[in-house]
Parts: sequence; structure tokens; C-alpha cells
Amino acid sequence: MHRDARMSLPNRNRRRWLIGSGCLAAIGLIGLSRKSRAADGKIRVGMTPAFLHDQHSLLYDWRAFMSDALQRPVEFVQRDSYRETMDLLRLEKLDFAWICDYPYLHLKQEVRLLAVPLYHGRPYYRSYLIVRKDNDQVRSMADLAGSVFAYADPYSNTGYLAPRYEIRQLGRDPANFFRKTFFTFSHRKVVEAVASGLAQGGAVDSYIRDTLVHVEPALALRTRVLSRSPEYGFPPFVSHRSVSDADFQVMQRHLFGTNKTEAGRSLLARLHLDGFIAGGPALYEGVARMMRAFGEA
Amino acid sequence: MRWLFNLSFRHKIPLWTSFLIGFSIFVVGAALMTRAYEVMKSAVVISATNLGHTLANTVAPTLLHDDVWRTFEIVRSPIRGESARNPAEVDAVIVLTRNHKVFVSSDPDTLPMLTEAAALGADWRQLSLRLGDETTWPLVLEPEDSSYLYVALPITDNDAQLGHLVLRYAKSVFHPWFIDTIWQGVGLGLLVLAVLIPINWYWGGRMAAPLVDLAQRMGMMPETVPQPLPPDLYPYHDELGQLFQAYDRMVLALRDKAALESEMVSSERLAAIGQLTAGIAHEINNPLAGLITVVDTLKLRRDLDPRALRSLELIDRGLTQIRDTVAALLVQTRAQARPLNQHDLEDIRTLIQPQVIKRRIQLAWSAAMPAELPAPASLVRQILINLLLNASQAAAEGGHVSLWLGRKDGSESCLSIVVRNDGTLLGDEQLAHLFEPFASTRPGGHGLGLWVTYQIVTQLDGRIAARNIDGQVEFVVNLPLGETSCTTASA
Repeated sequence: MHRDARMSLPNRNRRRWLIGSGCLAAIGLIGLSRKSRAADGKIRVGMTPAFLHDQHSLLYDWRAFMSDALQRPVEFVQRDSYRETMDLLRLEKLDFAWICDYPYLHLKQEVRLLAVPLYHGRPYYRSYLIVRKDNDQVRSMADLAGSVFAYADPYSNTGYLAPRYEIRQLGRDPANFFRKTFFTFSHRKVVEAVASGLAQGGAVDSYIRDTLVHVEPALALRTRVLSRSPEYGFPPFVSHRSVSDADFQVMQRHLFGTNKTEAGRSLLARLHLDGFIAGGPALYEGVARMMRAFGEA
Repeated sequence: MRWLFNLSFRHKIPLWTSFLIGFSIFVVGAALMTRAYEVMKSAVVISATNLGHTLANTVAPTLLHDDVWRTFEIVRSPIRGESARNPAEVDAVIVLTRNHKVFVSSDPDTLPMLTEAAALGADWRQLSLRLGDETTWPLVLEPEDSSYLYVALPITDNDAQLGHLVLRYAKSVFHPWFIDTIWQGVGLGLLVLAVLIPINWYWGGRMAAPLVDLAQRMGMMPETVPQPLPPDLYPYHDELGQLFQAYDRMVLALRDKAALESEMVSSERLAAIGQLTAGIAHEINNPLAGLITVVDTLKLRRDLDPRALRSLELIDRGLTQIRDTVAALLVQTRAQARPLNQHDLEDIRTLIQPQVIKRRIQLAWSAAMPAELPAPASLVRQILINLLLNASQAAAEGGHVSLWLGRKDGSESCLSIVVRNDGTLLGDEQLAHLFEPFASTRPGGHGLGLWVTYQIVTQLDGRIAARNIDGQVEFVVNLPLGETSCTTASA
């Protein structure tokens, strides 16, 4: 099946009805439909631990919202590690994905930047170094040397690349700085690992940790933020390069228009986001620099 | 302590049985509790083994891949709260590496990662030693002075041993649970006691009541012979029933003995009186015979003046009265006598008829006898006349008198005469002196009728007795027919 066939509208009558209804999202889709050839294409969106992806009712509502707006069946494909989502993208099993900035740079040849979420009005976030709330002996990363440390994901910027970069800045080798490290494959679980005492320290996404303070304060507030990293470009939505321009634009407009409807704004509120912008590769220069430091780019 | 054994059976039986019931409940309860503790422990070990096998299998690949977080999620999954709430709830799960270091535990605060097991305390040193040379699994360890129970299993992957899984159970949870069980047991025991003790108290009291009654009656002896026990007091035939029957037999025997004794005393007295009377009578009879002869001779003389003659007649009447009285006292039975026949009875009936008619007595006559009986006719006639006249006079005007004559209880050797009247009943004092001479109860009677009757009966080797029965006064005479004597006077 041709890729373009996945995105189209049923027929002209349907289109006229939609124009009549004055639906903003539908207007974008009219243009899309001109290039669409098939009527049953399903949009597959990869969801990753870039946000609290285990809030199932939120995901369910978001998928329904997206499907309504695009008038297309939408499938959310959840994977626990970035690696798996990256593989699915490479294998063209996904059209779009919300991934971390670090994988985005890894996949730069295969994906296009679709949209960047706005967090507190800006497309930035940070890496937090967290310890348990009652641990008052540790004041900086240097104090965590020789401890057990929890990383989020080997392809997470804030949960892996950034803390390792910080250790490197201290003139130490991240490979043997800690006594033991492990991956939880979720930022939320890093918070849990630190809160339970399994690890003495952990690195998490500031967006997720702050959201967790609202969503699950009993867990989040058992940890405290020891230090904050510089700002990095927010984990972006990307599309595979094989997705047609038309589909790319339809999806981009849909995302940009999210904060323009009541339903969209309520969804964004639940995501603790403010909207989406186009962004640009320049946003991710900081990550690229760290990658270069580790000889990865 | 002795006072406890001196208590009445009325209290002692219920007390002892209550004590025994309580003691039994306590012993059975204690045994069940001990068993419950063992059962609970083995249930914990079984549950731990099942959980341990599941966890060990699940943990094996994560341990192999050094996946700390996944292992942590697995070992924490059976932990439901801050602390276990029931004995079967695991308190902590620990994964040890091959060299006995903590790989991951469900409680990283007290059992942190990478710690040597032996450094975690005495329990763990012991466990670490045992894990090395244990061959049978699961290893159940309950260290002394420890508040934990440990169950350990190996973690294997294709026969390669990766480490050990240790489940820790808090024994502190056992105790409240066990105390709860004890309280439930105590409650149930008290309930059983509440049901059994009143039943037991009632039953004990019921069983003791006849004994208490018996003891009271026996306490009256030997001063008085007590009454027999009421027949419905204990109508069963166990040892107690047999005891009561034996008591009743004993009371009856004692009463017979007492009756016999009093009869003996009375007949001895009468015999003494008889001897004395006979002696006096002989002493009087000899001079009297002379005096009467003299008076008779004097009366034949024709030269007596009328005054002297009147004096002589006066003396004669006086002497005759003396002779009659003495003759009455001196009852002599003649050895040779003709046997009693039907005609004698008819004569007697004719003889008492005037008295019966005069006092309008209703006479019931029942004489079942063959044509002839080997009994001295004249003496039996005298006995019958005496008793029947006596009865006619004792009965009220228009009263009833009855005669029954026949062989006693169908016996061949005993003639029985029973005379009854419905006059005034006899008092105890009267009964005691009835057969003594001059013991008349009636105005106008000289009191020799029953004395004479007694003498005749006694000389014939018979027995006479009087008693009040069914509102009537009854005289019973038993006379031997032939050589054998009648044993008792009672009808």
C-alpha cells in the first residue's frame, strides 16, 4: 500500500458536510484529501516515556480527540523504551511519534520535526537531579559518587545524557562514577526508585517530575530536586520522512490548533502543556553539543 | 481443703463436674491452640514456598540481565503495605546474588543493594551459612531470638544457579493473630461452659437429692426406724437404685424386728402376770373350797335363825363370786376335747344373737370351714363368743361387726379367726395393755374377756393380735391345727 493512501477522507459529500459544520480541523483536511487516494488509512502515533504515558484514560481521550479532529482512525502505539519506538520508526511502522530530543537527533536522517510542545509557554525543559527528600547529606552530583544511581532510558536526554554530561564536566568518568546504575525505562519510575531508597540519586525530566507533583504528590514529594540542568529543547513530535507533505501538514495544523478549541485546551491542561509550535533544529543544539562531547554526533 | 471434701453431694457433684468440664475445655483448647500455631506456621511455609517458586522463576531472567528495576518491581509486587497484616503476608523479599550480596530487596532502606548478606545482622549471617551447604529446598529458618521467619529458594536458569530468593515473614504478626485465635477459643469455651454448667448443676442436684434424703433418713437411726423412701424418688436400677432398694429392705426388716421385740416384751409380761395370777388363784382356791363346804354344811342345819341364815347366804354369794372370779383368772384348758364342727359355729351365732339384736348390730358372717376341724371345739367356741360379744359391745349402736374364719392363707395347719368392729379405734396405750386382766376400756366390763381369750390362745400355742385397720378395730387369732405352730399373728 502506498504511504499516501493512509491519509484521506471518505468522499466529497462527507467533505461538504464538514465544510458546512465549519470545523477548523476539517478545513485543513480538505486540502489533505485532494492528494489522498485511499479511504481507510490509519494514523499510527508512537507514544514514549517523554511524558506520563501510563495515564491510560488521558491517552484514550487524546486518541479520540485526534481521531475526531482528523476524521481518521488513529492508533497510539505505546512502548516503554525509546529504543523500541525508534526501531518502529526506522521500520516505518509509525507515521508520527512523540520522542525525546536525544532520539530525535539520533534519527535526524529518518524523521522530520513536526511540532514542539510548549511547556510553561516555552519549548524548553531541563534535567533534574533528584534525591530522597530525607537525604540531606547530598548537596551536588559530586556527593553521589559511589552510590546507586537510577537512569531513565539510554536514549533519554534528561534521564541519561545530561547527568552523564554533568559528571563528565566534573572531570569524572560516568562509567565508573557510580557504584551501580540501572535503567527504569520511565521517568516516573526513576522518581519511584529514588523515593523507595533503591537508588540514592536519579535523573529525571523536569516536565514529568513537575507534572507528577500535581498528579501523584505522595510519590513525587518524597523526592527533592538537588540540581537543575540548563534548558534543552522540549521532546518533539516527529514524522517519518516517508509521510507525505499533506499528511505532515494536516497533523501539524491539528497540533497547532489544539489550544484553539475548548476540548483541546482541556486536553492540554491534563498534559500540563500549553500548545504546540513548529520549533526548529536550533532548539536542540545543546543536546547535539553533549552528544558531540560523547563522540555520538 | 478438707472442707471442700466435706461439702454435701448436692454441691460437690456439680462443683466437681464443673471443674472437670472447665479443665477438659482448657486442656483441649490448649492442645488445639498449640496445633493451630503449628498449622499456621506450616501454612505460612507452604504459601511462602509457592510464592517463592513463582518469584524465583520470574526473577531469574531479570537477574541474568542485571535488570535492577524490573527485579525490584517483581520483588515488591507481593508487598502490600508498610507492614504485613496477616501471618501469610510476606514482610520482605530479597534477591541474593551467587556470592550472597543483596541484588535487590523489597525494602532497600534496611536491606540496601550490594550489601553483603552477612553484614545485615545475626539472622543473615546464619542464613548465609546455611545457604552455602543446603541441598533440600525450601530452606526454612527460624533463628532463635529473632522476630522473623525466613524461607529461601535458589534462583536457577537452566540448572545454572544465579542466586537465592529469600522471603522474610514477621513473627510479630503471628502473635496478635494467634492471640485473636486464643480469645476466640476462650469465647467459645465460655459459651460451652455457659450451656454445660447449668445442665450439669441440674443433673448433679437431681442425682444428689436421693442421696441427701437417704443420708438424712439413715441419720435418724437407731433412735427411730425411718420411713422407706418414696418409690418415685429414684426409679432406676443402677448402683444408686440398688442402694435405695437395699435401704428399703433394711427398713422393713428393722420394722419387723421392732414389732417382734415389742410383741415379745408384751407376751413376757402377760406370761408373768399369768403365773402370778395362777399362783394367787391356787392359794385362794384351796381355803375357798373349805369355806364353801363349811357354808354349805351350815346352810343344811335347821336350827339357824333367819338372821344367821341371811348372813350365811350373804357369805355364800360372796364366796361364789370369789370362786367365779378366781376360776376366770385361772384358765385351764382340758387336754381331751372334741373337734370343732359346723354346729359349734351355728350355736355361737345363736348365742350372740340376743346381743346383736339388742344393739341392732349388722353382723357379717363368713366362715369357710369343712365339716370338722382338728381344733378343740369348746375353747374355740369360748374364743369366738368372747371376741364377738366384745366386738358387739365395742361397736356403736347400729354399727358393723364382721367375722371371718378359715384356714390361714389356704394353709392346712393354721386356723385363722378375724373379727372386726367399727367402733372407737384403740389408742396406743390401750393396744399395749389390751390383753392384761382388768384392762377394760368399757364401763361395766370387768376386763377379763380378752385376758381369758389370750390365755386360751396362748395355751393352744396360737397367737392373738389387735390393730386398727381401715377405720376398724381388728382382732386376729391364729390357731395351729395339729403339731406345727402358726408363725405370726398378723392376718
